[in-house]
Amino acid sequence: MTEAALLPLAVAVPLLGAALLALAGRILPRTGCDILATGCAGAEVVCLVLLWTHSGGRLATADLGGWPARLGIVLAADPIGAGLALLVAVLVLAVVVYAWRYFDEPTGEHAGAFPALILLFEAGMAGFALTGDLFNAFVFFELMGAAAYALTGYHIEDPRPLHGALTFGIVTSFAAYCSLLGIGLLYARTGELNLARLGGQLAAHHTDVLTVAAFVLIATALLVKAAAVPFHFWLPDAHAVAPTPVCMLMSGAMVELGVYGIARVYWTVFSGPGGIPHQAFRTTFTALGLLTALLGALMCWQQRHLKRLLAFSTVSHVGLFLVSVALLTSDGVVGTAVYVAAHGLVKAALFALSGVLLDRFGSVDEHGLHGRGRELRTVGVLFLAGALALAGLPPFGTGLGKALGEDAAGHWQPWLPAVFVAASAVTGAAVLRAALRIFWGAGPVPRNRPGEEETTGEGEEPEIRSPRRTLPPTMTVVPAALLALAALVGALPDVAAALARGAAVFTDPAGYTAAVLTQPDAPPGPVPAADWTATGVLLGLLSAGIAVALAGTAVHREIPARRSRHPAARAVRALRRQHSGHLGDYLAWLALGVAVVCVAIAVQI
Amino acid sequence: MGTWVFLAAGWVLLIALYGLVTSRNLIHAIGCLAVAQSSTYLLLLAVGYRRDATAPIYSDLTPGTRPVVDPVVQALALTDVVVGATVTALLLALTIQLRKRHHTVDPQALTGLKG
Repeated sequence: MTEAALLPLAVAVPLLGAALLALAGRILPRTGCDILATGCAGAEVVCLVLLWTHSGGRLATADLGGWPARLGIVLAADPIGAGLALLVAVLVLAVVVYAWRYFDEPTGEHAGAFPALILLFEAGMAGFALTGDLFNAFVFFELMGAAAYALTGYHIEDPRPLHGALTFGIVTSFAAYCSLLGIGLLYARTGELNLARLGGQLAAHHTDVLTVAAFVLIATALLVKAAAVPFHFWLPDAHAVAPTPVCMLMSGAMVELGVYGIARVYWTVFSGPGGIPHQAFRTTFTALGLLTALLGALMCWQQRHLKRLLAFSTVSHVGLFLVSVALLTSDGVVGTAVYVAAHGLVKAALFALSGVLLDRFGSVDEHGLHGRGRELRTVGVLFLAGALALAGLPPFGTGLGKALGEDAAGHWQPWLPAVFVAASAVTGAAVLRAALRIFWGAGPVPRNRPGEEETTGEGEEPEIRSPRRTLPPTMTVVPAALLALAALVGALPDVAAALARGAAVFTDPAGYTAAVLTQPDAPPGPVPAADWTATGVLLGLLSAGIAVALAGTAVHREIPARRSRHPAARAVRALRRQHSGHLGDYLAWLALGVAVVCVAIAVQI
Repeated sequence: MGTWVFLAAGWVLLIALYGLVTSRNLIHAIGCLAVAQSSTYLLLLAVGYRRDATAPIYSDLTPGTRPVVDPVVQALALTDVVVGATVTALLLALTIQLRKRHHTVDPQALTGLKG
């Protein structure tokens, strides 16, 4: 099959699968729905693997409906976009297999509802990664959004999922409308919606307030999706309450699509003359990324609710991705690409393992579960491996991605690698600490501190109805497979080399325009290096070492019963109070964030 | 027209934001979200507007004889309406479940998630 046929199929297969499941779910029994869903998810993986191998490091395009790119809508896949869609497809397949025996689904009419929503979610994400049209990107953004809101609020018996889903839905939709205003402004200026042609048209104008406003408004929705501080508040709330298989997808792929969107829109549309100067983008988004990485790591360390802890670790890692992307070099892009792929796999595995705890004990509370996971030794070992991978231990792909990102960032500012080490070490240490307490019962049992502003993670609804059943084998096989894949991403040089070729294509807007408008193509720029270096390995070992030391100290230290009056402890409490769960507060922070980014870019042009 | 429509769209968005930030009722908040969305309709339709132009329907019109407004933004606004209807319906459905099972529609009464 040709690329022109594979590209639309990559969006159509999950969409058709979702429609089929919604209908067939009324007739088929539970097993039938599972087989159908697994078949669709498998077909999507095959389709994207074919697309990945066929395109061979170039940009593949498909003109939809036979309209040429200057009139119609195009799909365009370079190795980075296709690779991200492939990551989504792999995670969806893992989630569908993991969820075979996970839910006690409502039988009868709605047996197919959950897998159908998952496939709809997949269609939105794949479409967003593969589209070459700005307005279509908005539509796919809303499609994945709507599916994600419904999936977050799937357990309607408990008020918290409804609360999380409503906050998530309202904040993201508001940001999406800001984005649409930005798209409208850009259309008013250029009369184009095609990413490749937009960049060309913008070159005929000067950068002014309208350009800045359009860029910041478009970036708003993407920053909310990427959960950059201060747009991140919805993420821990949604992750704490969403069913575990949904968390695997949201943390593993959806959030990273926000970073991808920012990079894609900037490189294709705003990187040329008449856009946003490189220096302004670099300083603003590096600052945002740094704030996100550090605040995410700090908040991650404070959590005892396991899913919330993992959610904040995602926030922290997104900060690192933003920093690497904001460097605007192909080295930074290849680092992010490898990091995103491996982080998605590791994070999905960690969420899957917390799902086992939820299944066994009906709780994800680090303190309440102290020592109760002793008999789940396999799960504990896998959890430990995931925590070390998160900290960047070689040979996991997270370590390679971190090393490449550190190298690229160090070329611009020599102190930036320290932030990479700190953020990955602290988030890894928080997960390690939880693993040591839950699965090995290490250290004293932490005392409860009533009156603390926190979500404990006790009294969760078990996501199955019969806690006495044996553990389904898929619930440990899937996370083990995901961790093995994450190690392969780091250990097989071919993966990183392919992504490096992709990064050279990604950072070449002229080549993108030429390929979409089928003009004669110039070869892309130099392919960045994507191998392990001695420094990279050492920094990875250093992060993992710091993580082990931090976690070891934390579990053996007695937690004081009374509140500390130390200024640092007060500052942390004040910070935690800002994560109030109130919709109004979150939107006020969003408005503040938009204003600050707008001013920061405007003063630099 | 010109700048005024852009300013009006911005104003509508800000009113919606104010409503959302201060809302004490989820139905009201979802209404505010719809107001935020109408700012996008206003902007999109204003972008394609031309004075003394007609609808771009060529069944009873010879092409080139009369100026027409931009059909692309109208298609965008229509898609936007569909997207908005989906999201609004979904959020209202969640609110109904909240009211049915937990007897509240006040977003500030929801305190299960913090820190």
